[in-house]
Amino acid sequence: MKDIAVQTKNFNLWYGDFQALFDINLSIKQGLITSMIGPSGCGKSTLLRSMNRIIDRLDYVRTTGEIHILQHDIFDPKVELVQLRKQVGMVFQRPNPLPLSIRENILFGHRIHAGGKKSTKNEEDEIVEKSLKTVLLWEKTKDRLGNSATNLSLEEQQKLCIARLLPLKPTVLLMDEPCSALDPKGTEAVEELIWTLRGEYTIIMVTHNMAQARRASDECIFMLMGELMEHSPTTDMFVTPKHEKTAAYIEGRYG
Amino acid sequence: MTPKPLKNTSDTLDFAWYLDKAVEKLVFLGGISGIIFIVGIFIFVFKEGLGFIIANMDIAEFFGNPAWRPTSDEPTYGALALIAGTASVTGLAVLTAVPFSIGSAIYISEFSTGRTQEFLKILIELLAAIPSVVWGFIGLSIMNPLIIDLFNVPIGLNVLNAGVILGLMAAPIMTTIAEDALKAVPDQYREAAEALGATKWQVTFNVVLPAAKKGLMSAVLLGVGRGFGETMAVLMASGHSIHLPTSPFDSVRALTATIAAELGETAIGSEHYRALFTLGILLFIVTFFINLTADIIVRGKGDR
Repeated sequence: MKDIAVQTKNFNLWYGDFQALFDINLSIKQGLITSMIGPSGCGKSTLLRSMNRIIDRLDYVRTTGEIHILQHDIFDPKVELVQLRKQVGMVFQRPNPLPLSIRENILFGHRIHAGGKKSTKNEEDEIVEKSLKTVLLWEKTKDRLGNSATNLSLEEQQKLCIARLLPLKPTVLLMDEPCSALDPKGTEAVEELIWTLRGEYTIIMVTHNMAQARRASDECIFMLMGELMEHSPTTDMFVTPKHEKTAAYIEGRYG
Repeated sequence: MTPKPLKNTSDTLDFAWYLDKAVEKLVFLGGISGIIFIVGIFIFVFKEGLGFIIANMDIAEFFGNPAWRPTSDEPTYGALALIAGTASVTGLAVLTAVPFSIGSAIYISEFSTGRTQEFLKILIELLAAIPSVVWGFIGLSIMNPLIIDLFNVPIGLNVLNAGVILGLMAAPIMTTIAEDALKAVPDQYREAAEALGATKWQVTFNVVLPAAKKGLMSAVLLGVGRGFGETMAVLMASGHSIHLPTSPFDSVRALTATIAAELGETAIGSEHYRALFTLGILLFIVTFFINLTADIIVRGKGDR
């Protein structure tokens, strides 16, 4: 039995008066890739965006219940957002490198969390190299680290967005449709990359792409109308779904 | 078969068609009129001033001599003191306006929300609409005694007074343009930085400000241009005495104020009259280049 990385307890969420999530109870195992599927508006992105509290950016959001990440309730007032976001990295739907150089993008998070402690240039070089090597971007970019990150191709941008999380040594990586802005080749490359990160990081990935969920995840969560319908190993869900609605969605009868 | 041109072949010549054509012509006229006016003003100012430049102007005297004595028996047309007056007042105005306007633009765009934000925006726009003579009045009746009391100087109508007044005048415009520049920074940058654990200030300072750098620079430049061309408030608050300033408490006279004060008392076509137009040309050229630079900076926004 694997350890639990993320656990929600009776988690509800409202946008103003609209309830988007209903009593979500789930446990996500450490080191696995868990994909979240479901039709548009089912709340899967909302749930994902609650896990690093980036949803707080909207001031009309209210929540009840708890989300535990490594045994801490992240909605506890004692929790520091800065620390939470160091622990829980996020990759967005559209690659969003900062309008800085490739090198600065990688070091951005590192510097913010260094707490005024300056790293030497050597240490920084090492961090940049290690992060870029992990995402297989080092060979391509090692000679132009000073170039603007926004000039990279979308696939490279998305890899960079993953790479810049790594110096913070997060435990959980949240991915909100990380491949939906990429072409098939880019999708394959990023998927492969995500697969190599499996084990070291707990990865939760929202996806619209059924085939992607099937080939690139260990466990699968199916959501519908703000409710958790089913959470089971991917192989089981796609072969013998427990729920009628799950089966219908997977087969493409709605969505 | 030869292909037929597609042009208007199937249009019915009804009312809507004529209306469309009429509006098209009208809009074209509106668009072109701006250019015609600008060129017209340009030609007029140059025509009036060029005679002086060719016939009477001594460039070394104009730019090197602080004595502007157009009405003396042996008139000298040295604009140095006037240029120095305008430059010192504008310089101080920029120093006053930049911290205020960049600061409030950051607050409005990045920190305030909802109704506070709306309210502040309206307030800033309201400030921009205060007539310059009212600002001049404030300079005369409030700032003047205040400066005399505060710094124990004999006269409060000086560079400091005019600079601060002008700075407060330019600040709302700078704020509006700077805020637009900050608003133009895509929200995904802020989201990305926040998701990496950056605090609001870190996001603003490390991501938003660098991304909006060019827009902010052009905001400052446009504010400078505004200060440079301002007349009434400067005329009222600067003391209007021809003087090379050595401290902020010296009275000065600005280029614009000189034209405003003297043009009505000169004979049309006289040397003095033409000399004032030469000052106008100088102002025109400088403001033109300031605005052009601001424009080029903004245009360069895309290609980093």
